[in-house]
Amino acid sequence: MQTLTINGKDYQIKAPEGMPLLWAIRDLIGLTGTKFGCGVAQCGACSIMIDGVVVRSCSTMVSQGVGKKITTIEGSSDSLTALRQAWRNNSVPQCGYCQSGQLISAAELLDTNENPTDKDIDNAMSGNICRCGTYVRIKKAIKEAVELKKQA
Amino acid sequence: MKRRDFVKIVGLASGGLILGCNVSPEKIVINTLEDGISFVPNLFIQLQKDGKVTIVVARSEMGQGIRTSMASAIAEDLEADWQYVSVQQATGDAKFGNQNTDGSRSIRTLLRPMRKMGAMARSILEQAAANKWGTSVENCKAENHFIVNSSSGEKVFFGDLVEEAKTIPIPSDENIILKDKKDFKYIGKKVIRGIDMEDFLHGKSKYGLDARLPNMKYASIARSPVTFGSVKSYDSSDTEEISGVEQVVQLDRLIPPAGQFFGMLGGVAVVANNTWSAFQGKNNLNIEWNSGINESYDSEKFKEKLIDRIHNTAKVVPPFKGDVTKAFNNADKVIEATYTMPHLAHAPMEVPNALAWVRDGKCDVWAPVQDPQTVRAEIAHFFGFAIEDITINVMMLGGAFGRKSKSDFVVEAVSLSQKIKAPVQVVWSREDDIQHSFYHAQNAQYVKGSLDKNGNVTGWLHRVAFPSITSSFKPMSDYIAGFELGMGFTNNPYNIPNIQIENAKAESHLRIGWLRSVSNIISGFGINSFVDELAVASGKDAIDFRLNLLGEDKISTEKSPHPFNVARLKNVLLEAKKLSDWKRELPEGHGLGVAIHYSFYSYVATVVEVSVKSEKVKIENIYSVLDCGMYVNRDAVINQMEGAAIFGMSITMFGKISTKNGTVDQSNFHDYQMTRMIDAPNIHVHLVDNDEDPTGVGEPGVPPVSAAITNAIFSATGKRVRSLPLSDHGMV
Repeated sequence: MQTLTINGKDYQIKAPEGMPLLWAIRDLIGLTGTKFGCGVAQCGACSIMIDGVVVRSCSTMVSQGVGKKITTIEGSSDSLTALRQAWRNNSVPQCGYCQSGQLISAAELLDTNENPTDKDIDNAMSGNICRCGTYVRIKKAIKEAVELKKQA
Repeated sequence: MKRRDFVKIVGLASGGLILGCNVSPEKIVINTLEDGISFVPNLFIQLQKDGKVTIVVARSEMGQGIRTSMASAIAEDLEADWQYVSVQQATGDAKFGNQNTDGSRSIRTLLRPMRKMGAMARSILEQAAANKWGTSVENCKAENHFIVNSSSGEKVFFGDLVEEAKTIPIPSDENIILKDKKDFKYIGKKVIRGIDMEDFLHGKSKYGLDARLPNMKYASIARSPVTFGSVKSYDSSDTEEISGVEQVVQLDRLIPPAGQFFGMLGGVAVVANNTWSAFQGKNNLNIEWNSGINESYDSEKFKEKLIDRIHNTAKVVPPFKGDVTKAFNNADKVIEATYTMPHLAHAPMEVPNALAWVRDGKCDVWAPVQDPQTVRAEIAHFFGFAIEDITINVMMLGGAFGRKSKSDFVVEAVSLSQKIKAPVQVVWSREDDIQHSFYHAQNAQYVKGSLDKNGNVTGWLHRVAFPSITSSFKPMSDYIAGFELGMGFTNNPYNIPNIQIENAKAESHLRIGWLRSVSNIISGFGINSFVDELAVASGKDAIDFRLNLLGEDKISTEKSPHPFNVARLKNVLLEAKKLSDWKRELPEGHGLGVAIHYSFYSYVATVVEVSVKSEKVKIENIYSVLDCGMYVNRDAVINQMEGAAIFGMSITMFGKISTKNGTVDQSNFHDYQMTRMIDAPNIHVHLVDNDEDPTGVGEPGVPPVSAAITNAIFSATGKRVRSLPLSDHGMV
């Protein structure tokens, strides 16, 4: 048995050896907000945070999450709150599928950088593919979230 | 008239046909809104006593925002307060009319019928209030979830009218009055809250891949690397050692009957108690394949074959207009060019998947599908269930772009569930998705054009070759189908006196399918590139040249629900000229390119600004103007146009599926690349406002993008790119 702490809650699981966190979270625990996109850390749909650092959960072993604080899209933080508001204001999502990963990547950026430049945003977000092509809105919303977070 | 009969009268099938199904009361209760308590005026609306309005949306949500648009269209004419509105997704059922979410036609064909559903409910509520107050219905007017009595000033909440409303007969069709445009609160406005927004933001939306049942299994299928190959033998001993793997099952290919359905490829399925074990198990299979008829397919060699064919005379197809030979002989200048584009895969972020549960003679499916009724019919065909014993629960689609119209992945899940007697979710890996798609066709075009001494175009010969979508339904379909040529080729919008279109042979060696905008992508690239070459040859400005070539304002006399209006195409071009500030001074190494395209009855002009440094292209700005007539959710339409620009960019920069020995070379996003944020340009969208009927939105933005980019590259560098993608030329 292993214990994963996700969004402040403990989950007991028995994961097969070598299973990436993505599948433990989705199939064993049943939190389906974290998405499968490519399986090889190319698209960012499966992004989660481990102790505040974004990882691609499709390529991160369960063992690397044990004893750490995991945040998924079902979780919350000041940055996520600001980002969600900015996402609403800008009607960012189309199909919405990649947006869990987009929000998690953006949350790490806001957590670690009070005044991200366009280049910082590009660098933080270019691991996340949006096939619907909502990049313009994501970028605008991130800038807005930076301001919302300051006001909060 | 019975309440339910109303939907038949209003007519929901596309093309204005009356819904033909016989709607029995028992059927209504299944997955609809009738609970014996609420007011349910028709199949699409339920009003509860607490005021909550549930609206059934029968089209699939794949990012176009249809759940919000359909709900707001009904809410508009119902005079509902948006905060009370929620949506229920319809299962696949003919009683809802045509549910095929495809061809950019949901709003085009359903806006009016859906508004009538709302207006009919509003009319009944007004009558209910009139009865309650003992006044004439003329005094009762719906206003934001209340009925207001104009003579007394009293008002009553929608929810408080439920009991009374249930007793009121359905008004006749002529008494269902739609709201005046000037009173719109939702249609054409930015909607306050996207119906799925909160679920998106908290990871709560349920896509196909999120469907869960107790004790369900997960499966991954190894399919023949060569299309239509079959299993010769397999060894699963390494698979069975994987923890979590439960069974290995061989699936035979199911071949669809001619003319319909998609069947499935067959292969070896690994069933496990979680997705990852299924994937691992699949990777550990040792399979020997019979490669079959497509094993020698090499897409590069095939490209050369297509080019050879379009450089020779091919089948001349209508419209026959003038005499191109004569035009070329009498011309001041004749130019010619050959354009090619490779196969493409849709690659929606959510891979194809389906959960199926076959038991007790019934079949339940939970899947992200664009066309649930066809899925239902296909399951009935292959597995022998009665239609009413098949339930297709339409989940959210994590992108689709046409891939999820082709329900081979559902057939696989049903077949497997039937064999293993358990609920099972078939999950495609990304590699499966890239390597076993229904591909957009590789294509080649040859265009020859002539100019007179004043720079007017006198002749246009257009030869095209690509494997047809028809080949997926009817083997040996070796020529482009009429509907494919009708997407830009045979309805070339330009006023040219002599035009000849030729259709050259092209066999298919992969499954060919439609991808967002379909063959408009091909015509959009070829025609817009060649018109640019003609403009250059004539020495004229690219926009002025096009305006002149479009000719006099006129509306086509063709039989069409929305006849082509050349003035609207010119108008979007002029608007794009304005939006992009076309005549401005550009920095060194920058260039502007333009393209226009009419598709799905909508008009689009796109201007692209590129910069080229050390042979590398960067897209700086994309300016797109859309005339789609009346639209519902303004912001969602703009979002679609922004997305179309990015989609077109991905095609142009990186889009290439190639094959060797019948096997697709690409496998995941590292070698089938997408535009990422770092490459995303500024995108500027302008919507034309007019009172025309609504036309397509999801697809029309894509076709002009490629040529606008390559035309901009020409204007920046003098280099004409005639084969895509740019990555083949070392330009990205």
